[in-house]
Amino acid sequence: MGLLSLFSKPEPTLVRLPSGSFTVDRSGRVVVSTLPSSFPEHLTDEISRHVREAFLDAKEAGMNLSELVIHYPGLKIVARELRGGALIFLVPISLASNTSFIKRL
Amino acid sequence: MGCPIGGLFLSRLGGPREPISMGTLEWPDRASTKAGDSQKFLSCPALGMGLANGSGPDLPFEGWMQGGSAQSRRMDTKHKILLVDDDADFLDLYREIFRQLPCAPDIQTANSGARAIALLEAEPYRLLVTDLKMPRMDGLQLLAIVRRKFPNLRTVVLTSVVDEQFRSRVYSQGVDLYWQKPSAEREIEMLKDCVQSLLERNDNAGFRGVQSKSLVDIIQIECLSQSSCVLRISNGPLIGRIWINHGELFDAEAGERKGEEAFVHILSWKSGNFEILPAEPQREQTIQKSYNALLLETVQAFDESQAGGKASGTTAEGAPAAKDPIDQLEGLEFFIALKAGEPKPADARKIENPEGMTTWTRATLKRFRTLGDKLQVGEPDTIVGLSMKGHVSLARNEQVEFCAGWHHTLDALTVRRSIKQASALWAS
Repeated sequence: MGLLSLFSKPEPTLVRLPSGSFTVDRSGRVVVSTLPSSFPEHLTDEISRHVREAFLDAKEAGMNLSELVIHYPGLKIVARELRGGALIFLVPISLASNTSFIKRL
Repeated sequence: MGCPIGGLFLSRLGGPREPISMGTLEWPDRASTKAGDSQKFLSCPALGMGLANGSGPDLPFEGWMQGGSAQSRRMDTKHKILLVDDDADFLDLYREIFRQLPCAPDIQTANSGARAIALLEAEPYRLLVTDLKMPRMDGLQLLAIVRRKFPNLRTVVLTSVVDEQFRSRVYSQGVDLYWQKPSAEREIEMLKDCVQSLLERNDNAGFRGVQSKSLVDIIQIECLSQSSCVLRISNGPLIGRIWINHGELFDAEAGERKGEEAFVHILSWKSGNFEILPAEPQREQTIQKSYNALLLETVQAFDESQAGGKASGTTAEGAPAAKDPIDQLEGLEFFIALKAGEPKPADARKIENPEGMTTWTRATLKRFRTLGDKLQVGEPDTIVGLSMKGHVSLARNEQVEFCAGWHHTLDALTVRRSIKQASALWAS
């Protein structure tokens, strides 16, 4: 069986959005994370980059935002400003989500 | 949803009155309406009069309105379906299943997302049916591209993935149907019915046969036919109700407004959805005017305001206009509405120099739209920013972007709810 598996095609997979949090410093380096290792690193970097830049742009526009909440139909991102870095929570929203939990966050 | 006008029509024929009929409403294009055209709205076109005098033929509503049976239209058009799956066996199976559809569609297949895009670019298709799990370009990536490049293409996801998160993400991409791959004869039949229904659905928004009918028309239909019902009209978070008993307007309610004031307010909404609920005969009558008189007054008032009477600040009743409901929202500190392609705000309230906020709003919404595409979670619904001095929220409604500032004592949930309300009010 092991020999046969050498010739089998790998099963295509879909990237599942994780539920968890991570902290990035002002340079964008992930300091702490509870996200599963299966979640692609480049997506974590994308999220943190957009969030940090949004905080910076807000500051330039005269707003010192302490928290940003971005509601997508399939995901909620809650980001708290940490001296140039950010603590970011990811909450996937499914049709059967426990909305009271999501609202509390 | 099926034919939403069906319930309406059944009631005319004395058939059972199911509790709900639903549809989409549209105001006639006010920009093209001149003062004095009011009567045009009230001279109910063939629709209302035909119903009133019973001269309409005994055809289904759709056939009567559009002049031809669904059967004859099927003969004229052959729909094209594109099936996408990396498994050739599944492609063969679904090709056979969809070949049995009553409309006998033309079916093409693609074994990858890239091939599907190439086929879609080569010729127009009516429906795309795709798997989710595919190598290289998965179904979610394909759908993200399709949504941007072919916004009118109907899409169905047919997958073995049983996961609420993916179902939610698929629907957030604007997909029409999410189906688990059928495993039984009955499920195959249901899938065929759904796909057939999707293929037959009319291209334009609104409901079949009566698209572009205004709320005025709907009310006239109900009143002319002497029916009793409650019209529930929704426009985003705004909800209004109109009570009709034996063809007479009895009462109306919209937020805190009641009676005639509420009726006029509801009629000012440009678009929305309606449901016809069972009658409430015990409802107290607060509207004393006949529906014709009230509609005429209201539409005349709209015509006048369209012709420049807005500045006079009067309502249909000649009373001073109420304050703008957006300005009445609790904790609102400023409000900006930005139209796509226009450098200056379409509306800026309580803010002297909106340039900084305008730039930030556009950049932030664009930034998180890009992120939404990468994460395959759709476009951002709302963005809320909190700070010690005051909160800010962003939203987008079709081609208009909104930014509003709120008092710092409001919580994030209220801020989110309020920006949705403000954007719906502004669009109305």
